[in-house]
Amino acid sequence: MTGGLLDARLVVDRGAFRLDAHLRIAAGEVLALLGPNGAGKTTALRALAGLEPLTAGHVTLGERVLDRPDARVWTPPERRPIGVVFQDYLLFPHLSALDNIAFGPRRHGVDRRRARAEAGDWLARVGLAELGKRKPRQLSGGQAQRVALARALATHPELLLLDEPLAALDARTRLDTRVELQRHLAEHPGATLLVTHDPLDALVLADRLVVIEDGAVVQEGDAAAVTARPRTDYVARLVGLNLYRGNASDHGVRLADGFTLAVTDRVSGEAFVAFRPSAVAIYSDRPAGSPRNVWAATVGGIQRHGDNLRVVLHGPVEAAADVTPPAAAELGLRPGQQVWAAVKATETHAYPA
Amino acid sequence: MRRRRAPLALAVPAVLGLLFLVLPLVGLLYRAPWSTLPERLTEPGILSALRLSLLTATIATLVCLVLGVPLAWLLARVSFPGRRLVRALVTVPLVLPPVVGGVALLLVFGRRGLIGEWLDSTFGITLPFTTAGVVIAEAFVAMPFLIIAVEGALRGADARYEEAAATLGAGRWTTFTHVTLPLVAPGVAAGAVLCWARALGEFGATITFAGNFPGKTQTMPLAVYLALETDLEAAIVLSLLLLIVSVAILASLRDKWISSA
Repeated sequence: MTGGLLDARLVVDRGAFRLDAHLRIAAGEVLALLGPNGAGKTTALRALAGLEPLTAGHVTLGERVLDRPDARVWTPPERRPIGVVFQDYLLFPHLSALDNIAFGPRRHGVDRRRARAEAGDWLARVGLAELGKRKPRQLSGGQAQRVALARALATHPELLLLDEPLAALDARTRLDTRVELQRHLAEHPGATLLVTHDPLDALVLADRLVVIEDGAVVQEGDAAAVTARPRTDYVARLVGLNLYRGNASDHGVRLADGFTLAVTDRVSGEAFVAFRPSAVAIYSDRPAGSPRNVWAATVGGIQRHGDNLRVVLHGPVEAAADVTPPAAAELGLRPGQQVWAAVKATETHAYPA
Repeated sequence: MRRRRAPLALAVPAVLGLLFLVLPLVGLLYRAPWSTLPERLTEPGILSALRLSLLTATIATLVCLVLGVPLAWLLARVSFPGRRLVRALVTVPLVLPPVVGGVALLLVFGRRGLIGEWLDSTFGITLPFTTAGVVIAEAFVAMPFLIIAVEGALRGADARYEEAAATLGAGRWTTFTHVTLPLVAPGVAAGAVLCWARALGEFGATITFAGNFPGKTQTMPLAVYLALETDLEAAIVLSLLLLIVSVAILASLRDKWISSA
């Protein structure tokens, strides 16, 4: 864990929902806050920006305490050195792209001419030098996103907050914009928090991930650690793994409903077992030999997944399996069909819960 | 595709409604003394009434803008106890008969009124039966139109733009002037036009609170009413003039928005 430019414990009570998350971000670091809808990601971002009052906790940026309700410290959003790129950008519709970017510097006491010159530089940096006169409604989604990023960076924030920065874009624009965004985030000297529900954004753009569910942090670490050892179903689904929790004994993890998965990793006590969908083999008859996990399953849904088909299997072990279209054709896979599923113990990965 | 006919049960009252609204205007045009119109229009009394009407309605609209826009902002953006009551109070002048409004104004701003007595003794200011009184009467009656229009526009405008402005370093006042107001400008303009039109046509509160002194408090509607008692043709000429001037001004403003929007 780094020393951290940002150190924040965010506690926000809102009716039945409670957010309680501790976030630390170092200077130059990009942290992705990942979670399903309603997990509290946007609430966390708004609390950092000062748009949502903290119930408890604190927000410390560098040496400065911006927010600490129990010490009655609160800094209004306009006095926090924090820039925000909102999900739908919120570019001021009555101002040109250039004036949108110049808005921040103007409010920070830069005179009109210099603010516009700086805004022009920012436009050039995001590759839109010739579009300064355009109004937001004359910009494409990708262009508006870049103007929003430039507008947030133009105030030289110590902390940059991005709320689902790519969610409003179509797939093709998203690809280009993601690459662009990565470059600008790498150049940003301050801390960056990226809120997203897209694991790809998190993996490409962030140095470290924090996963929150129901307002609480469930897992954090770098991309490799999180993807290799998911700790909740949500994270497992994000990274495309089958995940089970059970009680480990000699080379086996006994799941709650009694089925024991054979594993090669040595673990004891409460443990997780994960394996890839591509590690699951499907047979029409019970396969023989080798130290395998074999169980009878019923085919649930079948969907395209890249070049393969992803098959949902119901049974003692609920699992997703990837099969090639020829294999699926040979098996004659259809929903409701009885099949046998098999996973080699060497293809599983077991780790303590 | 076959053209669908409007059902008679709707079409008949709709046409009757249109006739009801348009016929009186046609009658005005029909009965107008067209041959003597030029010399009648240049009568000094008419022009001074027109000038007074335009002047007071415009000043009243400015007063409404200065006081009404902040009030609308308060109602739309700040939650405070009793907000619903305040909103109801703001619309009272809408449903109050203007004459009653004029009486109420007299009770407050009159020489012996709650505030009027103090204004008179401290500053020597008397409002009733003055041109300023006309402005007050018109503003009192017209302000709700502006507040309702602006509050509606503010509620319709996305408040998150104001949050975005705050994250860029704008305080609440700067946000209001640089973001909120431009966003709701069409609503403010629409409210101002409604307000101005209502002020221009104000009669009851004006005659009660400000009286009917030619050149000082006699606005066009008052002049029309007075003329009606002695000279029908003069009343028609005045009415026609008021109609033409207000329609012309509204139309020109409307064109301006449509071209700029």
